[in-house]
Amino acid sequence: MSKNNDYDAIVIGGGHNGLVAAAYLARAGKRTLVLEKRHLVGGASVTEEIFPGFKFTVFSYVVSLFRPEIIRDLNLPAHGLTILPLESTLTPTYDGRDYLYRDGDHYQTLRNIARFSQRDADAYDEYARYMYFMAKAVRYILGIIPPDPTTFNPRDMMGMVDMARHFLDLPQDQLYVLAKLMTMSAADFVEQWFESEPLKATLSASGIIGTFLGPRSPGTAYVLLHHYMGEIDGAYRAWGFHKGGTGGLAETLARAARAQGAEIRCNAGVARVNVRNGRTVGVVLENGDEINAPLVFSSLDPKQTFLKLVEPTALPDDLVNAVRRFQTVGSSGKVNLALDRAPELACRPGVGRHLAGAISMSPTLDYIERAYDDAKYGNFSKEPYIDVIIPSMIDPDMAPPGKHVMSCFVQYAPYKLADGEWTDAKREAFGDAVVDVLERAFPDIRSLILHRQVLTPVDIERIAGITEGNIFHGELNLSQLFFLRPAAGHAKYRTPIKGYYQCGSGTHPGGGIMGAPGRLGALEALKDGA
Amino acid sequence: MPLPTPFHSRTSAVCDSYEWRNWSGYLSAGIYEMSHDREYYAIRNSAALIDVSPLYKYEVTGPDAARLVDRVITRDVTRQRVGQVYYTPWCDTQGKVIDDGTVSRLDTNHFRVTSADPSARWFQDVGYGLNATVTNVTDDLAALALQGPLSRAILEQVVAGIDFARLAYFHLAHGTVDGFPITITRTGYTGDLGYELWVRPEYAERLWDCLVDKGSGYGILPAGIIALDVARIEAGLIMLAVDYVSSRHAVIESQKSSPYEIGLGWAVARKKGDFIGRRALATERAKGSTWGFVGVQYDWNALERLFADEDLPPHVAGRASRSAVPVYEAGNPGRHIGQITSHTFAPILKQYIGIGTVLNPHAQIGNRVDVEVTVEFKRKLCPATIVPTPFFDPPRKKA
Repeated sequence: MSKNNDYDAIVIGGGHNGLVAAAYLARAGKRTLVLEKRHLVGGASVTEEIFPGFKFTVFSYVVSLFRPEIIRDLNLPAHGLTILPLESTLTPTYDGRDYLYRDGDHYQTLRNIARFSQRDADAYDEYARYMYFMAKAVRYILGIIPPDPTTFNPRDMMGMVDMARHFLDLPQDQLYVLAKLMTMSAADFVEQWFESEPLKATLSASGIIGTFLGPRSPGTAYVLLHHYMGEIDGAYRAWGFHKGGTGGLAETLARAARAQGAEIRCNAGVARVNVRNGRTVGVVLENGDEINAPLVFSSLDPKQTFLKLVEPTALPDDLVNAVRRFQTVGSSGKVNLALDRAPELACRPGVGRHLAGAISMSPTLDYIERAYDDAKYGNFSKEPYIDVIIPSMIDPDMAPPGKHVMSCFVQYAPYKLADGEWTDAKREAFGDAVVDVLERAFPDIRSLILHRQVLTPVDIERIAGITEGNIFHGELNLSQLFFLRPAAGHAKYRTPIKGYYQCGSGTHPGGGIMGAPGRLGALEALKDGA
Repeated sequence: MPLPTPFHSRTSAVCDSYEWRNWSGYLSAGIYEMSHDREYYAIRNSAALIDVSPLYKYEVTGPDAARLVDRVITRDVTRQRVGQVYYTPWCDTQGKVIDDGTVSRLDTNHFRVTSADPSARWFQDVGYGLNATVTNVTDDLAALALQGPLSRAILEQVVAGIDFARLAYFHLAHGTVDGFPITITRTGYTGDLGYELWVRPEYAERLWDCLVDKGSGYGILPAGIIALDVARIEAGLIMLAVDYVSSRHAVIESQKSSPYEIGLGWAVARKKGDFIGRRALATERAKGSTWGFVGVQYDWNALERLFADEDLPPHVAGRASRSAVPVYEAGNPGRHIGQITSHTFAPILKQYIGIGTVLNPHAQIGNRVDVEVTVEFKRKLCPATIVPTPFFDPPRKKA
């Protein structure tokens, strides 16, 4: 009989990937322990009552990429999975007086687009169709272990052949679009179809989320696809809001993991991983307690996994160097507002379903690119791109009746500022810049704010524990994807330390509330006969 | 939210069923009365008024307008006379059909095109380098179909300036109604004698009122999509997104069709100059098409037996169905050879009929096939014969 502090597997970090990994390990019969530094599970998927009665989906706020196979494998609906629809996007113009609105009313959406450009309306279905094809083509790689093209290992070579066959089977026109998607900027990519600013800007904004790049930076078209390859109930590109915020999803995952027999310990930060003779034997907590297990999984970002939790000297130089150079600088901030009542748009007064979708502060491509220009030189954007949702319009439990919470995802807020560290004053100035932009669309917003929570990448790092506050645990550049994520030769969830595995967003297929790294990491370890 | 058409004040006043359809974002009456029988027989026996304003409409003008239209459609524009109307498909470079519609030659270099899908961008892009302008006039033109054996008699009472005896099938003429201008094409979607009336939206209500006023003595009746659907199947006329998938919407290659595969091979002018899809279509014609368009007539006695087996009378009259059903080789239920995409009881023929797509060579006229029929939740097979379309083709249509 094992002692209280002996487990088969320890998962460091109780974020969504850590919880998914733990559930799969426990399901395979492993006595599994999740160690979470904070008082609640979720990591960057947490909902907290920062202001009494108002629940903020503090960091992440929507779901789409979460893998359907995890939902089925772990029977998540039985544990509370409830993804509510989020089907519309409203883009106010710069002066806030007009807007582009897209929702499930197909023909009305086309008419709305036609007000800005008749040609764009005609092109809209064709664009949607190609993005459907791209999501269909690429979803294949979400479920596979990235084969390494440089080795002669039979399994890798078969993987490469399989993948080549998969992509070469695509019709020619789709292959061309895929090649463009992998190389172009989001702006250039959408400009192949569209000419009107609100549409171009809003579509290409999906290409910059979480990255330190502008819509005209090459490589951002891929990020756009990354946000499009989600599916809900078999519908590609669908986005939803989890009941209770993304913390609601984390709690669902925690219940599912516990149901499989996993144990979850909060307020239990891990100081380091114990390594003996080249293999893990357990972890040491920040309070000095030791817990033993032959298997240790890190769902933290690669820099913590390889440079902090273990002695870098225990690792090969090339891995240490690659991880040190892994681009993780954060670029996004978050502003959460508690509102006294529903805010109203100048361009569309009244309270209705148009407030239950996304409201995108992306009037023109130049607007977003200028926001990036500020960040490029170490400043937060004076006029940032903001993706607004009002969670309480979708899930009334998020705020007291009649009151509302507003979630604002903001870019850009660089982790490192040119004029020194982030200070309280700078954080508030950043918050003010966000409210200034909101005010053009929602003229009465300032008078409605009961409480304001402003989070910079430094705060994301401090609270959620992600290095440099990068929401994806590392840029989604092509140079940091697939067999290069997080480092060449180390992309298959294993590490040079036996028994030590990676299962966070810094591994394939990357960030977003996808759960795939957690699942694939756990399954690979189990495959090793661990 | 679907928008009202220019006739909405009139159609909504008589739409007792409240059964509206969303046709390209416009409110379109599915049926006016609680049963579509009277509406159907208005098409076949008197005259039916059908609001077809939601059709997409484009005008192509400029010195190169004819070249542009000729580059798009499969029929030969150099042979189209001013005043003539073409029904035609248009294809992508692979020869797969994008859409079908009518092309009216209003003047040497002035065309009006109707389509089921938005098309301005396509026409503009393929006309790059040509001196022609494509204008979306969908909202600038109200359109009303007047279909049925008495449609001409009514128009003769209402319209000034057109000699209807001389307005030939698939031709157009301009006249006036109550002083406002109107264009009339002898076209329709019923396979019967019929016309389509094109006016500025501000005249729509007056047009409706004149027709109803003068037509009341001729049994004029507004008809909705439900009745029209029965009539168009009897006429063997296909519908986009029902009987074929536009190559612009297909999500897998096998969903696409060439004109030869949807019964529009006759509309491919092989001797005309270059047009989009020409090479692919020439290759397909030389090699033969995978699929063939068919009309099928169900074996009535067999159909009756399938129902009798469940102790039921044949329950087939009613609305047309746009739910595709599989077709099998006769007597070989293991061999799926196609699908019937639209099917209906044909009240005027007293037969159950359908149109669809069947693998060649099974698509030959006279060939026997088995079509799936569901009776009392059970899937059964009904023998059917491939027959020529239109199923119903009265001489008055072209007379």
